[in-house]
Amino acid sequence: MSDKPVTRRNFLYITTGTFTAAGAASLVWPFIDQMNPDASVKALASTEVDLRPIAPGQSITVLWRGKPVFIRRRTPEEISEAKAVSLDELPDPQDDSARAKNPEWLVMVGICTHLGCIPLGQKGEYNGWFCPCHGSHYDTSGRIRKGPAPTNLEIPDYVFLNDNTIKIG
Amino acid sequence: MSDNYVPKSAVGKWFNERLPLLDLIYGHLMPYPTPKNLNYFWTFGGILTFCLVTQIITGLVLAMHYVADADLAFASVEHIMRDVNYGWLLRYIHANGASLFFMAVYIHMARSMFYGSYKEPRELIWIIGVFIFLLMIATAFMGYVLPWGQMSFWGATVITNLFSAIPIVGESVTNWLWGGYAVGSPLLTRFFTLHYLMPFLIFALVILHVWALHVPGNNNPEGIDVVKGSQDTVPFHPHYVVKDLFALVVFLIIFAGFVFFVPNLLGHTDNYIQANPLQTPEHIVPEWYFLPFYAILRAVPDKLGGVILMVSAIAILAFLPWLDTSKVRSAKYRPLYKQFVWLFFANTIFLGYLGAQVADGMYLIMGRIATVYYFAHFIIILPLLGYIEKTKPLPKSLSEPVLSKEEKEIIASGATT
Ligand code: HEM
Ligand code: FES
Repeated sequence: MSDKPVTRRNFLYITTGTFTAAGAASLVWPFIDQMNPDASVKALASTEVDLRPIAPGQSITVLWRGKPVFIRRRTPEEISEAKAVSLDELPDPQDDSARAKNPEWLVMVGICTHLGCIPLGQKGEYNGWFCPCHGSHYDTSGRIRKGPAPTNLEIPDYVFLNDNTIKIG
Repeated sequence: MSDNYVPKSAVGKWFNERLPLLDLIYGHLMPYPTPKNLNYFWTFGGILTFCLVTQIITGLVLAMHYVADADLAFASVEHIMRDVNYGWLLRYIHANGASLFFMAVYIHMARSMFYGSYKEPRELIWIIGVFIFLLMIATAFMGYVLPWGQMSFWGATVITNLFSAIPIVGESVTNWLWGGYAVGSPLLTRFFTLHYLMPFLIFALVILHVWALHVPGNNNPEGIDVVKGSQDTVPFHPHYVVKDLFALVVFLIIFAGFVFFVPNLLGHTDNYIQANPLQTPEHIVPEWYFLPFYAILRAVPDKLGGVILMVSAIAILAFLPWLDTSKVRSAKYRPLYKQFVWLFFANTIFLGYLGAQVADGMYLIMGRIATVYYFAHFIIILPLLGYIEKTKPLPKSLSEPVLSKEEKEIIASGATT
């Protein structure tokens, strides 16, 4: 700083400038936030699904917040396959029990964690899911095994309302 | 440019005295001194301006019939194709116009690279050009989403998901972009708004681009400075007005060939299937003009790394004026650069070919090699060439290379022509 004394005028410049900048900055927020998910989108936040029609070895896909969710009733072989894998073989280590509250039911967001395509079921080298877009292979627990996807298929928040119904979200 | 332009009509005079707009336009289009040796690669600037205006006019009328809503968009484009009078023509001009726009811009950029048009004192012209190119990419990508076909939807999904690679805030950023938790109506509406806006921003940049060009004047195939007002230059009108118009006519013949005979050749058939958020097409490919960059994205096994590399592939262009250390502009006088620049063009086209293949096995390996070469051209080859290359002697004027040996001797002996 120079050796000139701080004047009343300096003080006024700086306070006026600061208030103007802060005011302008706070006005920017509404213009940015208007693009975030709105109230009507958030209102669709949960979906209930009746599990009775699904037999072992069958899957259904439901839409939750515009995203596909896979619900698969796994066969005993698939469950044992998923449990048999040692965690050091996995790029994103996660135990099967951490992914399926009830081992028979696997509920996950059906969106490839690479760039968002929908993987095909019961395909790929690990007999789980295969994403055709850039070749990611997932196992019977939806864990990434091979390919560019960085993480396992996401598990949404869900609860068993009773033995036959789950609520996603 | 000219200080003494006088409009002929009384109204023109009245207007020009109050706002010298006519003076400005006249100066930039009529007497503007232009090197006399510009070849046909210099006609693409005019062609590009034509393309931009065509996209804006056809886009405006399409927007009168198009509905930007996920439930209605696909049907509204079919409505344009089947019901709207000449709707098919307007849409085919707009869709093929985008492709031809990119063909022209790639030739225009390759021309600038070959003849060193980005070098001192034209760096800013080039950098404004890189920004125009960026905006064109954004505009065309968002436009392709509008018909809401399968490729529209899944292209939008893959590209907007690139933002999820950003550490920590990635997910909030993508949800913000989407206005939801997946690609849907909110995204479509904002893409339409931006697709409408951006061509006008491009237009503004084009004005700056030409303004910056008219300060030092055009580069030319010899890459040497011309002396303004000397025998090296000719007035823009009529010489280049006529040359540009001729090139435009040839371009229009090709354009019409696409629109009337093969209007869907450059498009993808999957885009005539309505967007389905539950089913991904077997093989997602972007429009042909994005393929080289798509190949670079996929060359990296890491999500964030791929995104960074793809963005860098475009951003690095802005630094070209400083990465190229040679003082000689034109490849004509740079024997090594001439070979490397052709190799660079071939490599970029090869990347485009790879971008259209399934990224697996051999294709992936070749994609990686070609990606490395793409960057090596800018950060290794170009900086080094400036030091090791022995350039050919530059002519003293534009006339020199075309003069016969005897004529040169006459000039050398000091006689004036
Ligand atoms: C830089 C200039 C522009 C480029 C490169 C461009 C590119 C594109 C592309 C690639 C499409 C998809 C075509 C298809 O497959 O159907 C499209 C669609 C569309 N564009 Fe543009 N556009 C430009 C300017 C504009 C402008 C200025 C407007 C409005 C004023 C506009 C309005 C539309 C509309 C309404 C559609 C949807 C109808 C359709 O799909 O054909 N465009 N644009
Ligand atoms: S989106 Fe699934 S592998 Fe790329």
